[in-house]
Amino acid sequence: MTRKRPEPMQVVKQRRDAALNALVSGVPYIRFLNITFDRRGDELTGVLNFDEKLIGNPFLPAIHGGVTAAFLEVTAVITLSWSHLFERIESGDLAPEDILGDESVRFPKTIDFTIDYLRSGLPRDAYARATISRAGRRYASVRVEAWQDHHDKLYAQGSGHFLMPQDPNPES
Amino acid sequence: MTDKAKLARQFIQAIPHAKALGLDLTHIAEGEAVITMPYNADLVGDPRTGVIHGGAVSAMMDTCCGAAVMSHPAAPGGTATIDLRIDYMRAATPGQAITTRATCYHITRNVAFVRAVATDDDTDRPVATAAGSFTVEGR
Repeated sequence: MTRKRPEPMQVVKQRRDAALNALVSGVPYIRFLNITFDRRGDELTGVLNFDEKLIGNPFLPAIHGGVTAAFLEVTAVITLSWSHLFERIESGDLAPEDILGDESVRFPKTIDFTIDYLRSGLPRDAYARATISRAGRRYASVRVEAWQDHHDKLYAQGSGHFLMPQDPNPES
Repeated sequence: MTDKAKLARQFIQAIPHAKALGLDLTHIAEGEAVITMPYNADLVGDPRTGVIHGGAVSAMMDTCCGAAVMSHPAAPGGTATIDLRIDYMRAATPGQAITTRATCYHITRNVAFVRAVATDDDTDRPVATAAGSFTVEGR
């Protein structure tokens, strides 16, 4: 049996980057906060690109706690959506340009989200990575950690539960 | 308006991110605060439905809880969030403003405990609730 020849690297990269970009850039609120995502294989890192309008305490100054909450939640939802759609993107079942046009593509809905504030957010970029603790058919549980200068000195961590989008025709 | 309430109101209005969200603090006194966030297309979480992103609701609730702490008679000055939990009951109706009412229901020398409820025009069905603890800081 001969193994199928791997796709050229550029084809794989282009498809994954286009799909991720469609997922992220279609959401107005993600653009409003200017959150972008770095991708290494299927692993995502959220980047909160600093701007003065993200400040919550002008005297310190520090990033607004609500912005940090939103950043962690956005990272959790995008990571969960990405992992949920990854197989369909890879198999060619879902074209990158159709992601926000396809009725079957829905975002997971946040049920609850808890944020621990460990340090004040400094006025510069922040990074976040989400870990899916459990992805069931209906519910998912996700942990997120965020840092700035040192990955081992987290400035915030969060965890939340999400209601997964239900496939309209599960048999097809 | 008491001096402390006036100070808290000025402080909220001086927050760049509160300004970016268009937050309007309509009531603040004795450990209670009410903040309204007008509907804004920039804050939408799913362009197909026009529903406001949960993160924007979180940001508003965090601000409102902080304001409630600062307006408490036993709070000497500033505050910072220690932890905040948000439960989302339903999507806010597109086109409607969201209003959060936060209550600082207990305060010690070091910690303030706060609850908040967010609603849209249908005030009988909450959009989200929050519970959090905040630091109590001197001036």
